[in-house]
Amino acid sequence: MSGEVTLTIDGREITVREGEKLLWAALDNGIYIPHLCADRKEEKPDAACRLCFVEIEGRPQPVTACSEPVAAGMVVNTRSERVDRLAGTAFELLLSSHRLDCGKCAANRSCALQKIARERKFKLKVTRLRTLDRNLPVDDSSPVVTYDPNKCVLCGHCVRACRRQGGGVLGFAGRGFERRVTTFGGASLAAAGCSGCGACAAACPVGALTAKNVRLPNAGAKR
Amino acid sequence: MSKENQAVSAAYAGLQQKAALVRQSRHEKPLLLVGTATCGLAAGAAAVLKTIKEELARQKVEATVLEAGCMGHCYAEPLVIVYKPGFPPILYGYVTEGIASRLVIDFLAGDDPCLEFALGALEENEFLPALSDFPRFGVEQKIILENCGLIDPENIMDYIAHDGYAGLARALQLEPAAVVAEIKASGLRGRGGAGFPTGRKWETCLGTPADEKYVICNADEGDPGAFMDRTIMESNPHLVLEGLIIAARAVGADRGYVYVRAEYPLAVKRLALAVEQARQCGLLGENILGGGFGFEVEVFQGSGAFVCGEETALIASIEGEPGIPRHRPPFPAAAGLYGRPTVIDNVKTLSFIPSIINRGADWFKSTGTPGSPGTAVFALAGKLVNTGLTEVPMGTTLNQVVYDVGSGIPKGKKFKAVQIGGPSGGCLPESALDMPIDFDSLSGAGAMMGSGGMVVLDEDDCMVEIARFFLDFTQKESCGKCTMCRLGTRQMLDILEDITRGRGRPEDIDLLLSLAEDIKAGSLCGLGKTAPNPVLSTIRYFRDEYEAHINEKRCPSLMCQELIAFYILPEKCERSCDACVGSCPVEAIYNNADRIKVIDQQKCVKCNSCVDACPPQYRAVIKLSPPELVAEREKENK
Repeated sequence: MSGEVTLTIDGREITVREGEKLLWAALDNGIYIPHLCADRKEEKPDAACRLCFVEIEGRPQPVTACSEPVAAGMVVNTRSERVDRLAGTAFELLLSSHRLDCGKCAANRSCALQKIARERKFKLKVTRLRTLDRNLPVDDSSPVVTYDPNKCVLCGHCVRACRRQGGGVLGFAGRGFERRVTTFGGASLAAAGCSGCGACAAACPVGALTAKNVRLPNAGAKR
Repeated sequence: MSKENQAVSAAYAGLQQKAALVRQSRHEKPLLLVGTATCGLAAGAAAVLKTIKEELARQKVEATVLEAGCMGHCYAEPLVIVYKPGFPPILYGYVTEGIASRLVIDFLAGDDPCLEFALGALEENEFLPALSDFPRFGVEQKIILENCGLIDPENIMDYIAHDGYAGLARALQLEPAAVVAEIKASGLRGRGGAGFPTGRKWETCLGTPADEKYVICNADEGDPGAFMDRTIMESNPHLVLEGLIIAARAVGADRGYVYVRAEYPLAVKRLALAVEQARQCGLLGENILGGGFGFEVEVFQGSGAFVCGEETALIASIEGEPGIPRHRPPFPAAAGLYGRPTVIDNVKTLSFIPSIINRGADWFKSTGTPGSPGTAVFALAGKLVNTGLTEVPMGTTLNQVVYDVGSGIPKGKKFKAVQIGGPSGGCLPESALDMPIDFDSLSGAGAMMGSGGMVVLDEDDCMVEIARFFLDFTQKESCGKCTMCRLGTRQMLDILEDITRGRGRPEDIDLLLSLAEDIKAGSLCGLGKTAPNPVLSTIRYFRDEYEAHINEKRCPSLMCQELIAFYILPEKCERSCDACVGSCPVEAIYNNADRIKVIDQQKCVKCNSCVDACPPQYRAVIKLSPPELVAEREKENK
C-alpha cells in the first residue's frame, strides 16, 4: 500500500495513495460527493447513509464512494441520473425523519444537510414523502450538551467520537425505525456518566447534539 | 492407496459394521416410529408417543419405539410408522391417543393392521396402496429429505446405516482441491436464497491463504411460513453436519459453527447431540477417521434477529458484536469471521454436499435444469390441502407443486397467488402456474427462490394486505443501519397502511414503485435490496386491487377491516335462529320488527363471529365493500 495510483474523476486525472477510498480521493481534490457517515479515522466504512453514490465505468450499478478503494485507471463520474436519484431519495428519507427547524437550530448554516441540499440543489423540505417525526424527549441533563434525538440522522459520528474521547457513553440501540443513538439502558446523559468533553457535539453534523453556551474543556476535535 | 486413505477406509468400514448390527437388531421385533419433529409435536405427537409406550407395557407387547423427524406430510401429523414382521411398513396419519391405543392393541397385540387409519404403505405390497401411488410421488424427488422421518435423528448409527458419512470418508481420501472441483462441477447453487455457486465460494476460500479458516452453517431460518431448515435439522442433523465437515475439509478450516436460531430448541438439541456422537465416533475432533484432518464444530444459538441470516450480520453476531450487516466486499470467503476466510452455507446447501461427493457431479446435474441443477425443497403453507414439506427437481412447475403435491386449495376456493421466497420474494399469479421453478425463472418473474417458503393464497386474501404484512415484517426486522432500509421501508409501510385503510392517494402507486426501485438499488445489504419485492410483484400482477382500494375505497377480497362492513341478508335470515346474536361480543346485532337480524354498524367491531355462527344452511351474513353499500342495501329493503 505504498504506491500511488492515478484515476479519473469527472474527467479530471488525480493521483492518490493506493488503497485510499474514492470518497476521500475526490474530496481531497476538491470534487464534492454528498456524505454524512463517512469517517476517515475508521478502518472500515460504515456505508450507512447511502448518499455518496458514484458511477464507475464498467460497473452495472452505482456504488458508494466511501467503501470503494481507488484503482489505477478507474473512471469515475460523481453525477448521473441514477446517482442523483439515489442520493436524492436517501436525502429526502433522512429529511423525513429529521425535525426541520433550521431557523432556531444551533447548526444553522453549518449543517451538513444544508450543505448537501445546496450542492445538489435538493429541496430542504419533505414533499413526496410522509414526515416521520418520532417525538422523542430532548435530553437536557448534561451541563455541556443538549441532545435532540428528533434531529439525529444516525450517522454515528458522535458514537465514534465518544468512544475515542468521551469514554464510550453513547451507542446505538434499537432495530429498524427504532434505531437511535442513546446511552446504556437509555439513561440521561448526566446519569450515564457523560464526561462532558463535548466531542459528540463537535462531531454532530446536523445539530442533534449541540454544545451549550459554556466553554468546553477539550472540544474542537475536528471531523 | 496411501496409508491415510487406507486408515480412513478401514475406520469407516468399522463404523458401517457397527451400524449394520444396530439396524439388524432393530427389525427383530416390531418397530414404531413416531414423528416428533416440531410439526408432529404441535399436533400432539408427545401424547401419542406416551400412549403407545403405556399401551405396549399394558399389553405386554415387545416392540421398539423410536422418535423420528418429519416426512413432509405435516398436514396429517401426528404420523406413526409401524414395522411389523409379516406386514409391509405402514404409515398412519392423524393419529390420536385413541388410534395409538388401537394400533397397539389391534395391530401389534392382535393382527388387524387398522387400515382405516393408514395413509399408505412405505413399499409396494398386496394389502394397501403405497405412498408411491400418491400423485405427489410422481413429482417429488428426494435427495436431502430422503431419510427425513424414516431414521432416528438421535442415533448416528441409523444415519451411518443409510450410507451416512460415506461422503466424508471419500472427501478425506481426496485432495481438498478435488473436493472443491467436484462441487464446482456439480453446479450447486446456494439454497439460502441468492443462488450463488457454492463451488466458487469454496474456491475463493481455499485459494485465500490464512492462518485460520472457518466454515459456518447458516441455520438462522426466519422467513414467515418457512420451516425447511428446521425440519432437516430435526429430522436428519447428521446430514447437515457431514456437509459442514466436508466443507471444512475442502477449504482447510479447522473450526466451524452451526448458527441456529434459539427459537428452534429441538433442532439445537438434536444438532448438539449429533456433534457429540460424531465426536465419539471419530468423525469430529483431531485426525478424523485417521485421515490426518482435524475439525471442531460449535452449535451457536442466534438471539432472534432476522437480519442475522444475512452473512455479514451473522458473522458479527458470532464475534459478539451487534448483528448488523457491513459493506461487501470483502466477501466472507475472502475475509469473514475474525477477518479470516469463511465459507457460509445454508442448511440445505450443505445437505446436498454428502451425496454429491458420494455419487458425483454428473449424477447431481442429471436432475433439475442446466442453470439450476438438483432439487428444491419447499415448505408449503397457507391455503393448501396438503401443507408440509416437499422436494422436487428444479424446473418443476408451480402447478405441479400446488395441485399434485399440495392437492390444491381447500374449501373449493379459487387460487389467487403463491408467495415464494418470504419477505425477499414475491407473489406470483395464476398465469405463472405453468412456469418451471428455478433460480432464474423466479427472479425473472419478480419473485425469488429465497430459502424455500411457499405460501399459497386464495380469493379471500387481499394482495395489498399481503404486501403490507411483509413490509411490516422487514421494517421491524431491519437493523436500522442504512437509510434506504430503515426509512425507505418505513415510508413504504406507511403508504401501504394508508391504502389498506382507504386513505390511499392516486399518486401512491407510483411513489411506491419509485421508492422500491431506489431501496433495491441503494440498500446496504440483501435484506434491504430485496425488501420491496413483495410490493413490486403485487403491483405488477394485482395492480387492479391497489386501484380498487385507492379509487373506490373498496377491498375486492373483503379482507381490509376498514373497507368492509358486515350485513345480514334479510331474505336468508332464519328469524327464530339467534345464533349470530349470541355470538356477537359487543351486542351489535338486534331484531327488527319482523324479527330479522340487523347489525348496528356503529357497534360492530368486524370480528367475523357472526359469519362463523350463522348456520351453513342459511349463510345470511355477508361482507360488503365499500362499507357504504350497507346503507344502500338497507334503503332498498325498506
